[in-house]
Amino acid sequence: MSFEPRDLNWHPPAHAPDYRSSTARAPSQKLLHYEPTKTELTGPTFGHDLLGETDSDLIINYAKPGESAVGARIIVHGKVMDENGRPLPGKLVEVWQANASGRYRHKNDTYLASLDPNFGGCGRCISDDNGNYSFRTIMPAPYPWPNGGNNWRPAHIHFSIFGDGFLQRLITQMYFEGDPHVALCPIVQSIPDPRAIDILVGKLDMDATIPMDIRAYRFDIVLRGPNATYFENKSEGM
Amino acid sequence: MAILKELPSQTAGPYVHIGCAPSSAGLANIYGGDELGSKMIKIPTNHQEIDLTGKIYDANGDVIKDALVEIWQAAPDGTFNQTDYFTNWGRQSTDNETGFFKFETLMPGMVENQAPHVFLWIAARGINLALATRIYFEDNDILNKRDPILGLAGARAKTLIATKSKTGYHHEIHIQGPNETVFFNV
Repeated sequence: MSFEPRDLNWHPPAHAPDYRSSTARAPSQKLLHYEPTKTELTGPTFGHDLLGETDSDLIINYAKPGESAVGARIIVHGKVMDENGRPLPGKLVEVWQANASGRYRHKNDTYLASLDPNFGGCGRCISDDNGNYSFRTIMPAPYPWPNGGNNWRPAHIHFSIFGDGFLQRLITQMYFEGDPHVALCPIVQSIPDPRAIDILVGKLDMDATIPMDIRAYRFDIVLRGPNATYFENKSEGM
Repeated sequence: MAILKELPSQTAGPYVHIGCAPSSAGLANIYGGDELGSKMIKIPTNHQEIDLTGKIYDANGDVIKDALVEIWQAAPDGTFNQTDYFTNWGRQSTDNETGFFKFETLMPGMVENQAPHVFLWIAARGINLALATRIYFEDNDILNKRDPILGLAGARAKTLIATKSKTGYHHEIHIQGPNETVFFNV
């Protein structure tokens, strides 16, 4: 199996001057490339037995019995697949986010907004046989952050995703359709290509909305894919 | 031909622990059980066990205290099979006070023609695309000399080699500066 090296012009550069924290945390030397070996082509697998019943339900997974998190109820769902459009079943997807007032449950978050006693802010699930994943959560709020100016993060959900091999491992963020902060955020705008930004924006999905209950956003997760010739050759040989 | 593009990366931010290491963020009981990736050795055999410790420094020489570090490595027999004994995968946060990280793991075996090594991956605030590097071991001189990836790193190969400690190996990673660690785009 072979992979093209990551297209570094598609990803934000290591050093994005408008995102102040990146300055001291960016390598100055070029990343070295080698043909991936077994080490990078393999990766950890996770079984569905890992999961508890409410792990993917952020509305209740930290709430007291009978209570639920405050905020606009949403489903976030989509398909985990590779660049060839091949679904990736059995992939661990972990998420974390601020609450409905823009505050994280973390000792280092000192923002004056309120904590919600019923909201922890993390969830996890494993994609099903068709690569589909789904969470229930509440809409996170934008919040201010120290970056040398009047900076506000768009509402966002952090995603950590595992692929078949470690070279597909990815951490990213999902944004929400229509959020004016997306265009203003130095972290988002460090991505050079507007088409790349667009695929990080979850779209309102009325078809998956449950009437009188919860709205839905669709966010497909695309990971690196092996060169397609691998599959062509494989099918010829079968 | 690829019909889609990979999602672009975004920083893990300062609160990555909430999602990937909830115990270290104060959410110890949200999923129950051990923190995912915290126990690589499932059944101790007292064979080939090592502590792999390290610190990560930024361009100013300050230790990074809010990173998430993952490793993926072969078992001592060179396989990646995730057995009942050994998971091959580990995940730790750098200590909030000291920046120190520690994996209790097994000495990896050779993988094909490569010297024993650990693949290491770093996500943190300020890191837009998680950093990938490798750790080799200083007492494998002969194998290290023949390793193709260390060969590719040339004079900078020394930035990929961990030094012996009392209970295993210790490795310091420098994101920038004169001792900048080699990072890979595999």
